[in-house]
Amino acid sequence: MDLQHVNVKLLVRNPEEADLEPLIPIFHSWIQDQASEELLLDVADYRHVDAGPGVVLIGHQANYSVDNTDNRLGVRYNRKAALGGSNQDRLKQATRSALAACQRLESEPSLNGRLRFNGQELEVFFNDRLLAPNRDATRKAVEPELRTFFQGLFGGGEYALLYNRDPRKLFSVFVKASRIFAVSDLMDNLSCGLCPS
Amino acid sequence: MKTSNSLWKEHLAGKTPEILAHELDIFETELELRKQGKLDERLFAETRLRRGVYGQRYDNGQRHDGKKVQELAYPSRELTKGPNTLWDAPGMQRIKIPGGGLNAEQLETLAELAEEYSDGIAHVTTRQDFQLHYVHIDDTPTLMRRLAAAKITTREACGNSVRNVTACPYAGVCPDEVFDVTPYFRALSKFLLGHPDCQNFGRKFKPAFSGCSQHACALTNMHDLGLIAVKRSENGQEKRGFEMYVGGGLGTVPYQAKLFDAFVLPEELLPLAQAIARVFAKQGEKKNRNRARIKFLVNDLGVERFRKLVLEERAKLPPDPRWTEYVEAAEQFREEPLRPPGQLPSATSPAFRRWLKTNIRPQKQEGYVVATVALPLGDITANQLRALADIVRRLTKETVRTTVEQNFVIRWVSQSDLLELYNALDAVGLAEPGAGTILDITTCPGTDTCKLGISSSRGLAAELRKRLAEKSFQLDEAVQNLHIKVSGCFNSCGQHHVADLGFYGVSRKMGGYAVPHFQLVLGGEWTHNAGSFGLPVMAIPSKNIPEVVTRLTERYVTNRKNGEVFRDFIKRLGKAELKNMLEDLTRLPADQTDRSFFSDWGDPREFSLGDLGIGECAGEVVSCVEFDLATAEREVFEAQVAFDNGETARAGELAYQSMVHAAKGLVRIEFSDVPEDAEQIVQEFRTRFYDTQKFFDPFAGGKFAQYFFAAHQRTKTPHTPESVRYLIEEAQLFIEASHSCYNRMATPVNV
Repeated sequence: MDLQHVNVKLLVRNPEEADLEPLIPIFHSWIQDQASEELLLDVADYRHVDAGPGVVLIGHQANYSVDNTDNRLGVRYNRKAALGGSNQDRLKQATRSALAACQRLESEPSLNGRLRFNGQELEVFFNDRLLAPNRDATRKAVEPELRTFFQGLFGGGEYALLYNRDPRKLFSVFVKASRIFAVSDLMDNLSCGLCPS
Repeated sequence: MKTSNSLWKEHLAGKTPEILAHELDIFETELELRKQGKLDERLFAETRLRRGVYGQRYDNGQRHDGKKVQELAYPSRELTKGPNTLWDAPGMQRIKIPGGGLNAEQLETLAELAEEYSDGIAHVTTRQDFQLHYVHIDDTPTLMRRLAAAKITTREACGNSVRNVTACPYAGVCPDEVFDVTPYFRALSKFLLGHPDCQNFGRKFKPAFSGCSQHACALTNMHDLGLIAVKRSENGQEKRGFEMYVGGGLGTVPYQAKLFDAFVLPEELLPLAQAIARVFAKQGEKKNRNRARIKFLVNDLGVERFRKLVLEERAKLPPDPRWTEYVEAAEQFREEPLRPPGQLPSATSPAFRRWLKTNIRPQKQEGYVVATVALPLGDITANQLRALADIVRRLTKETVRTTVEQNFVIRWVSQSDLLELYNALDAVGLAEPGAGTILDITTCPGTDTCKLGISSSRGLAAELRKRLAEKSFQLDEAVQNLHIKVSGCFNSCGQHHVADLGFYGVSRKMGGYAVPHFQLVLGGEWTHNAGSFGLPVMAIPSKNIPEVVTRLTERYVTNRKNGEVFRDFIKRLGKAELKNMLEDLTRLPADQTDRSFFSDWGDPREFSLGDLGIGECAGEVVSCVEFDLATAEREVFEAQVAFDNGETARAGELAYQSMVHAAKGLVRIEFSDVPEDAEQIVQEFRTRFYDTQKFFDPFAGGKFAQYFFAAHQRTKTPHTPESVRYLIEEAQLFIEASHSCYNRMATPVNV
């Protein structure tokens, strides 16, 4: 199964303290600096919508957001453009991009450390219903890929996968590791080759 | 952009109405032709606009990032989808929803599309449409296929066409209506969609239906064609009919619609609308788009003269069975509830009480109510759309509509289900109280995504909403009932002219810097179908607008006379007093270190007008002749593809059709009612262009026309690969010659 348009969302450690307003100038500054290899275009503010996409940095190849879908606040990387390589490569690319955004936000002076990521919980969505319909067959086909990937991401540590089974929703998985990881540790695990290509 | 785009067509085969599937195949080919440089960008722009595919801010590849103008380096840098509009730049997809009526499956489809092609948000517009933003043009054919499978079309959602037919969302259930206009707006919408008489307008054309004259729900007075239900007694029999209004519109200068006919029978509704469309197409301005709406034509001619022209045109129309075939069924049309009627529950929680007070409206059918789902800034998430689909399935027969106030209404809710409904909505953040109150602010997209936006209408609306919500409990009843509407520029998409407090975006230079402002427009009338328009008072810096609202509402509470409505209060106060009251707010604070005034609400960048683009609202004025020639080119392209695939017969048929279309386009220059029949087209073409030698090439004479005549003679002869190869070449030459002929004739666009 060809997995494209991978979304990775890392949950915020302290959602009750998070204030999304400062993200607007921060995301604008990312556009000014073209802080990513991807083309960054604009900022969309959906804070007024309950459990919505929050603040979105719109890009050509991908969007970044601090997203509150399902009332779970997190940094979300939404890959829009198709990518070559293997499924592992695409999972890795999306996760690395999400982690890089988390690192950038954690070190953002204007946030004063108020946005921290728990490094224990993340969600992966596959934003293409035709390639990855949300049904048992997809879960069965994709789970080995996911296991391999998370094995590497969590350095061999334990984790649990929880699927959303509403067939109308995107195929997605909620992943919880048995312990908290620093964002940098997850990035290291991705980079050191623990995650296979 | 989406990997699965090429797979959806097959996946949806059999699920999409054939006619829609065919139209989308054509659109897909047009995209391909444009990519290959075989379709002119201006023509392609109007083609996509007529499919609801709109440009968005920064699509010229430049954006002011707050410090400098930044080049946006899109991958397909050279390819455009319209003049100065880059292919890869994200755009907006408008989705037409006649009368705002949807079912649960359609809500779910919109949810899927918002997630997969947009940014997770579906936006309800002030004309009951939906909009998805940040959509890549390559995804639009697939997006449309998925909509078509749910029986939704985007055709003529933009461009110089008949736009969404809007209607009172309470039609059929409102206690004050004369009769249910639902079957009539549906019939008109279906009849005018793609109608040949509606393809050659200089600008857009917006119809609206209302079931009564006193409420605001359909705003017929500000529409190109407004229809209000009336009844008349004739020979002791009560007959349904419509007051028909023409030439209303907002825009820069608002025009009240004028009464065209006090009583139009349902049997005459469609033919009269068709005749109006024909007069608009023939007489309306084409070159100066600022004067191309029908309101200018009606105003210039006077309604009497306009009526005369329409009636003359009506008399010439050949009868069409569609005019009347719906009428009998319309009389019988009834919407049904799912659950039995019930009693209003006792409100236990204060939140539920507040919601009941503002978001519930009784139906004329006892025991049922209409519940409003108030959407902040017209936005709804994919998850909320799915939840709404579940709710309307469970509690009603999927009777849900969008409103011009950018909300949803759920009709036919049994009163005994209200607590269940409230809890279900509350669980997904859709139980906001304050529907139809000062909190329920209408706004256009403004600088967030619109190329014409000057100030941030959504930013201002969000800020006002936040502040007003904080003190909503203390607000006087009279203030609660006021309407605020915000547009990002003078074009009135936020309908600021018909609000108690209206605002539209402008800019002023202060201290050497551009400062975002809003022009204050006070005292518009929302009721009586937008009965009268407000008057501009003064321009005020964006950041001072919340204080303007505070002062005006407090003064209204303090000084209004018994029962005085806001409009009368403003009139009594007068411009001079308003100026005294607000003048200090027109200035910036003396302390210039406060830089917040130099940026807009929700946008920290230093304010600039550098991102303003050319709006696509007016579309491209492309004559029907050009469309016919473009169709011919597409068909000959498809013929070549079919030939390469070994489909000889189909290739031959397409090549011949392409010649017919090119000839038809030329005939249209002289004869706007060009027939559909190929034999007649050939005859008309021969008489008008061959015998007169107008078609003749200076060097080749009538040779290319003879190819066409010969192809027409051979239509019954079986095709062979060799004959088709020649035919395709001849068709290409004939189309080229048709272009040359059209150019030589320097055809005016008004054909």
